Amino acid sequence: MSDTTTKLPATPRDRSTRKRRGKYGRDRANWPITIVLVLASLTVLVPLYVTVSMALKTTQQAVSGSAFSLPSPLTFSSFAEAWALTDFPRAFVISALVTVVTVAGTILLASLASYAIVRNWDRKLFRWSFFYLLATMFLPFPVVALPQIKLTGIVGLDNPMGVALLHIMFQLSFSILLYTAFLRSIPAELEESAKLDGASTWQTFWKLIFPLLAPMSATVGIFAFLISWNDFMMPSLITSDPAMQTLPVLQSMFQTQFSNNYNVAFASYLMAMAPAIIVYLFTQRWVMSGVTQGAIK
Amino acid sequence: MSSTTTNIKSGAGDSATGSKLDSTTGGPGTSRRKGGRNAAGRRYRIDPVYYLFLIPTLVIFTLAITLPAVMGFFYSFTDSIGFGEFDFIGFTNYIAAFSDPAILASYGFTLGFSLVTVIVVNVISFLLAVGLTSKIRMKVALRAVFVIPMVVSGIIIAYVFQYLFSNSLPAFGQAIGFEPLATSILANPELAWLSIVFVTAWQAMPMSMLIYIAGLLAVPAEVYEASSIDGASGWKQLWTITLPLVAGYVVINTIITFKNFLNAYDIIVGLTDGGPGTATRSIAMTIFSGFEGGDYAYQMANATIFFIIAVALALLQLRVTRGKAAL
Repeated sequence: MSDTTTKLPATPRDRSTRKRRGKYGRDRANWPITIVLVLASLTVLVPLYVTVSMALKTTQQAVSGSAFSLPSPLTFSSFAEAWALTDFPRAFVISALVTVVTVAGTILLASLASYAIVRNWDRKLFRWSFFYLLATMFLPFPVVALPQIKLTGIVGLDNPMGVALLHIMFQLSFSILLYTAFLRSIPAELEESAKLDGASTWQTFWKLIFPLLAPMSATVGIFAFLISWNDFMMPSLITSDPAMQTLPVLQSMFQTQFSNNYNVAFASYLMAMAPAIIVYLFTQRWVMSGVTQGAIK
Repeated sequence: MSSTTTNIKSGAGDSATGSKLDSTTGGPGTSRRKGGRNAAGRRYRIDPVYYLFLIPTLVIFTLAITLPAVMGFFYSFTDSIGFGEFDFIGFTNYIAAFSDPAILASYGFTLGFSLVTVIVVNVISFLLAVGLTSKIRMKVALRAVFVIPMVVSGIIIAYVFQYLFSNSLPAFGQAIGFEPLATSILANPELAWLSIVFVTAWQAMPMSMLIYIAGLLAVPAEVYEASSIDGASGWKQLWTITLPLVAGYVVINTIITFKNFLNAYDIIVGLTDGGPGTATRSIAMTIFSGFEGGDYAYQMANATIFFIIAVALALLQLRVTRGKAAL
């Protein structure tokens, strides 16, 4: 459906209307809508502003003042305190490890499986595997959570590696859907010529197909990153050792022990959220295209 | 993983011969002959390396997802408390679950909150998408800002809003003398769910919005031009032209968001943790309670019921998206 616009023949008349629209339409910006949208964007920006400004306040100002007041004086000591309280370097490394394993694992397993499935679609095993691996579309984590907690405990995966493994498994359906849709559009002639040159399937995949999949891998990887970095439900339930918890799970300590150190809590929230926002700012294109591809394909 | 590689001994080794045979029958999946036979009618040999590509994933998936699912289903017919001995008790857990006020309340809350949030999210994200696809200034920057909620951690943003709802909002309520807002809405059993609707909608909005933007951009500009010439404009155009043309996207968004909201957990933990009392306990929270309370098998029955609802919704989604693809 998204390509209905491109399917329209580019007749000369078509071009003339487009030009006309540019002449009269595009120059006249719709200011009322622009202003409404700018005001609406405050619902997104204000909570982020509050997080930053609270983090830069002194404890006294954070407790007594309004959430929306500007920090004065500016102080960065809350970051140092949050750093020490959450043992930030260790938690960051654990979160990063879970995320990196999830991203790499999702890209690797999903692209290999998708390639095998698409190229052997007429084999029952491969065709059925496709539908089998999409099963998590039907199977939300809460349904399998209790047995998974038990099983990961038995096999010694009640740790960040077990969390990464489950993140990969729950990302497979989305990733395989994206990869297989793209692989079906790659002409077979491309591979046949590579194989005539003596390349094995293994070489064909790594030298020819995997590079072609790069834009899909970017989308798959970014979504795996966002899901894994931000997740609270799985690590909080699967990881048994509190010292091995990821950043989002650790933030709960500010709900009980240090409930009045708002500035420290917000500094900690900010440090845990910032990596995802920074990655997003650099990868917007793939994040946005990924949503529409995932929903429509 | 090592065990699976030994299963397919021939693995990567003789892939050259395999691929040669394979290439004669080549072609992408869709164009191949059915039944995996070549022109001579004989079953062609498949390059064993394809098994190496697929089978490790199948094995891990089976152990990590299928096995727990089967285990859960099995235990739902027992009186297990999570360890030790147990007996089969048939459908007792299911019958008990259907008359358990705690479970019924969690379904009532989750379904009700999901329905309201689906409507809120779809209306807001549709209007934002219309705004962001019209001739506005700062289009790129505004769109980038509106997508941010999607990339922040649900539990952390819930903590931020929890502070705002329990400190800033009551201060505002007192200032304007509006009684219901003068105390924290998170501590109010009647209103706490509204805070969950708000934050859930806040975070779910970008995804629906991006899907609506894709839908709106697929509408040819000529349609609008024709209707403008006919004198339709503004709201009328939105209702009579735009909305019917993106009806399919409305359905997709409704199902995707509803499915996601049924799993609600992170945001509720961050805002109310199911309280006050059990006023905002979601289905997921009730199921997870089986981990501690000795209700293991009982909550597995609950999880199975939840699974059936999730499957029904997923089938609906597939049906709708398939139908739309055929358009």
